[in-house]
Amino acid sequence: MKASRQSITDFILHLHPRTVPYPTIRFRLSWGLGGMAVVLTGLLFLTGALLLLAYRPTLEEAYGSVRALGRDIPLGYWVRNIHHASANLLAVVVVLHLLRTALTGAFGPGRRLNWTIGLGLLVLVLAANFTGYLLPWDQLAYWAVTVSMAALGYIPLCGDWLRGVIQGGPEIGQATLSNFYVLHVAVIPGSLLVLLLWHFWLVRRAGGLISASEGGEPIRRIPVVPNLIAREAAVGLSLVAFVLFLAMFWNAPLLEQANPGMSPNPTKAPWYFQGLQELLLHLHPVFAAFVWPFLGGAALLLLPLIPGSALPGGVWFGSERGRGLAAWAAGGGALLAVAAVLADNALRQPGVGMAAGALIARGIVPTSAVILLAAGGYWLLVKAANRTRAEAVMAGLVAGFAILTVLTVVGVFFRGAEMHLVWPWHGTGGSL
Amino acid sequence: MSKTDTRFAGFKIGRRTFFNRLWAVLGLAALAEFGWLGISFLASRRDRNRPEREVGVVDAGEISMFLPGTVTAVPQGQFYLARLPDGGFLALSRTCTHLGCSVPWDEEKGAFVCPCHGSTFSLTGEVLTGPAPRPLDTYPVRIENGMVKVDCAKARRRDRFLAEQATRI
Repeated sequence: MKASRQSITDFILHLHPRTVPYPTIRFRLSWGLGGMAVVLTGLLFLTGALLLLAYRPTLEEAYGSVRALGRDIPLGYWVRNIHHASANLLAVVVVLHLLRTALTGAFGPGRRLNWTIGLGLLVLVLAANFTGYLLPWDQLAYWAVTVSMAALGYIPLCGDWLRGVIQGGPEIGQATLSNFYVLHVAVIPGSLLVLLLWHFWLVRRAGGLISASEGGEPIRRIPVVPNLIAREAAVGLSLVAFVLFLAMFWNAPLLEQANPGMSPNPTKAPWYFQGLQELLLHLHPVFAAFVWPFLGGAALLLLPLIPGSALPGGVWFGSERGRGLAAWAAGGGALLAVAAVLADNALRQPGVGMAAGALIARGIVPTSAVILLAAGGYWLLVKAANRTRAEAVMAGLVAGFAILTVLTVVGVFFRGAEMHLVWPWHGTGGSL
Repeated sequence: MSKTDTRFAGFKIGRRTFFNRLWAVLGLAALAEFGWLGISFLASRRDRNRPEREVGVVDAGEISMFLPGTVTAVPQGQFYLARLPDGGFLALSRTCTHLGCSVPWDEEKGAFVCPCHGSTFSLTGEVLTGPAPRPLDTYPVRIENGMVKVDCAKARRRDRFLAEQATRI
């Protein structure tokens, strides 16, 4: 008995260091977000395995087999709802986890590789969400795959080839469904597992979470078992209870069976891609579907390689002064996004198409404007306001996420039929 | 890196370094092979999703069925037959040129309205409001013995509407 308990402790210590800095077990340092992501991933693996028993990945049977979950299998719909709720919460939690990491300065030397792996995990989580979205083969699924495949075609040089490979032919059909199914149940979960273990192990090697030094005194360390484990269990079990409860009321959507002849009105992407879809309304597709996501991804990837880009570790926003700057950046970014959406909406009147000179007017001009704005903001903060480079980078990151959040909120709640701007409490309501 | 490596590093590559590099090269080669395997496997499926029946020439109907200034959906060919006010025929693809949603004809507005991103197209398929980058694609139309026939084999792309794109009697 003693030996078996020892083996559990030893196993935990493969993933955690033996001791962690005392300040890092404070809930408000990490909000338990990384642990929440692990718990949600666990729920997804468990419910996913159950759903695999019921789901049949063929054009003829896919829709019916998802329908049958509610009718023929005891608690079948609850399992699907848990899967759906976990997946959506996971998308939120991993983005917040990324922000937490950046805003407490945890991508500096010693943690650079883990930031990169974390970005890989973020891509996998979004890809898992998206590939799963398509499997029920209802109207939601069919048109989401149509739009995303068309967007893929706008990637310069290899877009059409890539689209053919992923779509499995010139039209969307059985090969497309098979591709997404294999990605969703094998390739992505497998890669996720490998990267996750690597992610944990690198945190362990860095000595646990990042922490601030306590005024010159050596940081006090406390044993992981039981201190950290008890806190992790508290967060994890509360979350499991919350998700199971949520899934009793929050039904995963299932529209009518896919109909290639009729798009629902409005047709919307899943909410986590609504920011991108909002960009597609305003920018030339090459810029909305390729250039901007590419620039954003490259910026996040290169962030830790810039010397002095990481805040002093373990304190939110680096300091009290940094917190004020972050608030200004968030407010500024949000206002800018609202203003841009409204201004473009006013300009985009009948007669203003996207055909003539759109690549310049709706591609190069706004992109240059955004780059100039970012460079100008950086110069002002570092040269004029005498802020550190890390603080300026933090402000840029916060402003960027504020913009993305506003675009997502506008896309989800304020876009009605034919994607006109509407008040959500008047309109017919969006799809989630 | 172990102590052995630094001791040998000065004049030659140590045994351990040599093997470490060998494993790295072999590992990367294996990864590249699997990547290649995966892509060629996927690429071979690029012709899978052909439409079940080859759509060739579709009979839309007699000329007299279509009044000038109207739009008629032809489901078996997945296109709209538009008759221009001057009597010309234009077969328009129902697929939005922006991101591939199907665009219904809105009788009240007298325009095709895309539900995905709000593009609108005129009777001739021209872009009225963006974000669509070009007009709706067309299919070749022939008129034989008073019947309108549309060749659905391949859609034609165009940058603007020109009078000669329409088929006249």
